[in-house]
Amino acid sequence: MIDMAKVSKKNMKKETIVKKSRGMTESSAATEPRVVYDDGDDEEEHLNEENLSSEEEQEGEDGASDERKRQKLLEAISALGGKRKNKLGERSEAAVHMSEFTVNADGGGDKVDLSDLIGNIDKTQAVPNKTKNQLKTLQQNEKTIETPLSKQESERIQRNVAFHKVATEVTQWKGIIQQNQKAEQLIFPLNQEPSGPRAMETVVTCWKAQTPLEQEIFSLLSANKQPIHNPILTPVEEATLKAMSFEEAKVRRAELQKARALQSYYEAKSRRERKIKSKKYHKVLNKAKRKDFLKQFETMVKTDPAAALEELNKMELARMKERMSLKHQNSGKWAKSKAIMAKYDEGARKAMQQQLEVNKDLTQKLVTSLNNDQEEEEEEEGGNPEVIPEFVNDAEQGVDSSNPWMRGKLFESPTEREVSDTVDFTEEGPGIMVNTAEEEEDDDEEGTEEERLLREFDHRRRLRQAEEADIVAVITVEHEEENKAAGACVSVLEEEEEENKAAAACVSVLEEDEEENKAAAACVSVLEEEEEEEEELSKFKSVFQGIANTHLDAEVEKAEETADTNHVDTHLEEGLMRIRTLEDVALLSQMESVADQTPVQPLTSPTTENMLSTTKMVGKNSKRKRGIELKQVLTKESKVIQVPLALTVEDKEDSDEMLDQRGLIKEAFAGDNVISDFLKDKRKQEDVGKPKVVDLTLPGWGEWGGMGHKPSRNKRRKFRIRTVPRPPRKDQHLPSVIISEKRNSSISLHQVNSLPSPFVNHTQFESTIRSPIGRMWNTEQTVNKITNPKVVTQMGAIIEPMAKEELMKNKKQVSTGNSSGVEPIKTKPMKHTKKK
Amino acid sequence: MKVKVLSRNPDDYVRETKLDIQRVPRNYDPTLHPFEVNREYIRALNATKLERVFAKPFLTSLDGHRDGVNCMAKHTKSLSTLLSGSCDGEVKMWDLTKRECVRTLQAHEGFVRGMVVGYCGTFFYTTGDDKTIKKWKMEAPGYGEEEEPLNTILGKTVFTGLDHHRKDGVFATCGQQVDIWDEQRSTPIRSFTWGVDSFSCVRFNPVETELLASCASDRSIVLYDMRESAPLKKVIMTMRSNTLCWNPMEAYHFTCSNEDYNLYTYDMRYLKRPATVHMDHVSAVLDVDYSPTGKEFVSASFDKTIRIFLKDGGHSREVYHTKRMQHVICVKWSADNKYILSGSDEMNIRLWKANAAEKLGVLAPRERRATNYSEKLKEKYQHHPQVRRIARHRHLPKNIHHQSKELRVMRESRQRKERNVLKHSKPGSVPFVSEREKHVVTVVK
Repeated sequence: MIDMAKVSKKNMKKETIVKKSRGMTESSAATEPRVVYDDGDDEEEHLNEENLSSEEEQEGEDGASDERKRQKLLEAISALGGKRKNKLGERSEAAVHMSEFTVNADGGGDKVDLSDLIGNIDKTQAVPNKTKNQLKTLQQNEKTIETPLSKQESERIQRNVAFHKVATEVTQWKGIIQQNQKAEQLIFPLNQEPSGPRAMETVVTCWKAQTPLEQEIFSLLSANKQPIHNPILTPVEEATLKAMSFEEAKVRRAELQKARALQSYYEAKSRRERKIKSKKYHKVLNKAKRKDFLKQFETMVKTDPAAALEELNKMELARMKERMSLKHQNSGKWAKSKAIMAKYDEGARKAMQQQLEVNKDLTQKLVTSLNNDQEEEEEEEGGNPEVIPEFVNDAEQGVDSSNPWMRGKLFESPTEREVSDTVDFTEEGPGIMVNTAEEEEDDDEEGTEEERLLREFDHRRRLRQAEEADIVAVITVEHEEENKAAGACVSVLEEEEEENKAAAACVSVLEEDEEENKAAAACVSVLEEEEEEEEELSKFKSVFQGIANTHLDAEVEKAEETADTNHVDTHLEEGLMRIRTLEDVALLSQMESVADQTPVQPLTSPTTENMLSTTKMVGKNSKRKRGIELKQVLTKESKVIQVPLALTVEDKEDSDEMLDQRGLIKEAFAGDNVISDFLKDKRKQEDVGKPKVVDLTLPGWGEWGGMGHKPSRNKRRKFRIRTVPRPPRKDQHLPSVIISEKRNSSISLHQVNSLPSPFVNHTQFESTIRSPIGRMWNTEQTVNKITNPKVVTQMGAIIEPMAKEELMKNKKQVSTGNSSGVEPIKTKPMKHTKKK
Repeated sequence: MKVKVLSRNPDDYVRETKLDIQRVPRNYDPTLHPFEVNREYIRALNATKLERVFAKPFLTSLDGHRDGVNCMAKHTKSLSTLLSGSCDGEVKMWDLTKRECVRTLQAHEGFVRGMVVGYCGTFFYTTGDDKTIKKWKMEAPGYGEEEEPLNTILGKTVFTGLDHHRKDGVFATCGQQVDIWDEQRSTPIRSFTWGVDSFSCVRFNPVETELLASCASDRSIVLYDMRESAPLKKVIMTMRSNTLCWNPMEAYHFTCSNEDYNLYTYDMRYLKRPATVHMDHVSAVLDVDYSPTGKEFVSASFDKTIRIFLKDGGHSREVYHTKRMQHVICVKWSADNKYILSGSDEMNIRLWKANAAEKLGVLAPRERRATNYSEKLKEKYQHHPQVRRIARHRHLPKNIHHQSKELRVMRESRQRKERNVLKHSKPGSVPFVSEREKHVVTVVK
């Protein structure tokens, strides 16, 4: 070991020498490395080494093999010590490897330190300070650089990165793919050329103007931006075409349509208004308009004085015209006639006065900030019309003063007063009528207490009248409501009455709700009972309801609708409870259609209590539900009138014909009694379903038996087995229906027995099945829409795979769609119709 | 006395021109047209029956090859042109409208392994067992000219597959490695290897055109990106995949035909499990091709049948077979989505309709409307047992029928056993493995 240490020391020395020599070489370039060794013993050593190395070559294996063995041994021992460390890749100078045989076990000498390499860098001036500093920090840094990863690992990383890149790239298509999957219709090829004539310039590209004339023409055309090839659009038009996509065009069209519709509505409205003849209406309207206008004008004065001035001028002009004209001056033919009448007729006087008021209104100057006092004076002057007959003036005075003879004034409604009053007159509600009257009284000295009293009376009377009217109105409304509501259950009420009267041996009750709507005629026929079916018949009843609703008023219709919906709802609920598979649906739909087809509508007849409660509950809104509960009406002793099962619509006009018809049917079916057959059938069915009592008593078993010896009651009770009664039949309350509760195997062959996959619940599936798609049940357009195939291909067209452009298009579309907020109506995947 | 005369506006019943359909006023009141469901059901039933009656898919067979047809290529620009290469190295060009061979050339010695038409449709490449890739002109040589390839590339090893880039002058071959070639060069511009020494099929993605996928003999499917220097990912399955085909409308879906009688549709982003397993064949599936609409694909099998699958359907919607058709080696779906072409062992190419009952040719508007309606009816009532029974009924050759039955029994018993094992072992100790996961061994990153 000591020896080894020595050797290492020596090596160190040697290294320093080498360093020195490096410095030397740097300073003096052209010197041989061999000559550099200046220390004597070192040189000897080196020489020895040299010699050795040369000897090694010459001598052969002896020493070398020893050395190797030793090396191996050392390696093996070091390997035993612990886990093998990754050997760092080493770089060493070739000069150090003078001899591989003198290499030490620890290998310290072989390592080249950074300091060895850059030790004398401080001394050289050529190296900049910055690099020196960097090198120093590098020297201090003890860490070694990690070895590069193995090829496999690096490749794996590379692959991973590449895969993720590709995956994200490919994921961009997700939107399009999903869109295509959801699309109602896909038309292939996707990037279809638009059909129709192509633009000339696309077809003819190489043609050029040749003759000078042609050239001149084309230059002119191009200068004016006119289309060069014949029927093609100008660039501007083309640009507009391109600017508007299909969606935009659709939206624009919708807007235009809306605008047009609005316009037409407005036109219609104005036309209608123009046609209104009521003068009062127009008066009120005009006044409102004027008020509005004034309001606007006021705001306009503040915001836009110039325009306001203009308006003012206009108004002034209108006023002038009015003043110039003889309108509203009570000088016309009408006015004259009225003037004659005015002496005797209060109304005429009033009318004339109104006319004058209008005149005053129209000729009055507007009080605005813009006009001055003089004009006001003028206006006052102008206010007094010049051409007025005397009595008119009287009347006017009468208006101003409270003329006791002008009873009309007392009855004037506030609105009228408004009309007649001038601008400064404030509006008054009816509540302060008296006050206003008092004011008026104050104004005019002629007013007397009598008048006041009169007015008070009058006011009170009117109030009272109004109250009464209110009450009456309420009553009438209630009455109407009752009528409406009760209409439906009139029959029921009548039944109750009849029940109260107890009796009713009858009968066939023909009922018509004449006072109400004359719409529904309920024909109740009780059918003949045969001897053996006595108890049966008391239950049985058939209600034929003929519905002749030719002139139903709106209310009735509404009530009917509600009733109908109620009816449907109840049916649906039943369905929900019952329907499990499609077979039930089919049955149901069949039954429904049957019921729809035949006007004969069996009504449910639950027990009387039920009936009462239900009528109480439903009665108000179910108007059409009119039918007579035969159970209540009929008893066993009922006298019977036979009515054939044919539909019996009660029409008064052709009742004779109906009778004939009836007679015919009677004749035709004289032999067979359909109804009793039906009843028999039904009873048979019920009997089959009824629980049977099985008697298992054995006479003589456990007790005495013999002739005339009955088993004891106890025993009989014990051995009589009663099966559990079945749930009530569904047709229990449906007199004219037999519902078989057996499963029909022949039908079940055609029925779906498990819910198909895309559907979540059976109602969903049923609803899809229920709606027909044929043109028998749908309009042409609907059918076309429904039956559109999902994939449409063009004959003879090559369908190219999806192109990258679609992705770009889709992105663009999505962005524009988001910005405009317009949803495409039909989710076509690509907009083929879009401009190309 | 006022007499009211019944009068109608002639606009309501007189048609404008003679060509118009007679205007028929129609009352859509549902009470007037009862039993709509029942009537439509019967119509649907009749439509399905008629469909089965009219289902005659086989159109023609093109014979002329003197050995089994090993590969086919669709023309990119012409619907009526088809190229087929046989096992004796012969390539034939067919005119499908005339149903005749228009050109024959001896392209290779030994099998023609792969064939593809360039994107512009003016030339095509073939590769064969003689380690060459040859480029041919689409037009036949003129009179007196010799049939010679435009270009021949001599490779070091056999090439087993060939595919052309959709837009660039780049094509890919596979053999011992997957090579990407430039049309202008005689050496590959890029080669991919990943521990396997033989590939059977390489296909470019038609949508994301820089992507490729290949089937290797180590039961793996490898994905590549042409721009990268290394492959992307690899999935190893229980059995070898013979060919694969990318969905032309969906960038990340591809379907591979496997030796284990199944086809697997993968989402290339999630290779851990296939998106769908398509079962029905009773022997190895040799080839698969997507319909250009991307909704369906057709597969050719060693069991002498062709089957059509919906892209997400686990079972086939259609099976085609004839008595004379032997092992079907290659199959193509025509670019107009109307026809299917199959090349089989017994030297014939067969032309089938893609929709067996479809009427070919132009349809009158009323005819089209009627077919649309009946299609919709069939779709609406497809779940009804009678309709389904009729619609799904197919005749199968006896041996295939028996084999499928046998396979079904085997599968059922296997499932039963799995179920039992699961039932009788400690909960959690035996994991449930779904059908889709069963066939994937591992995904190599």
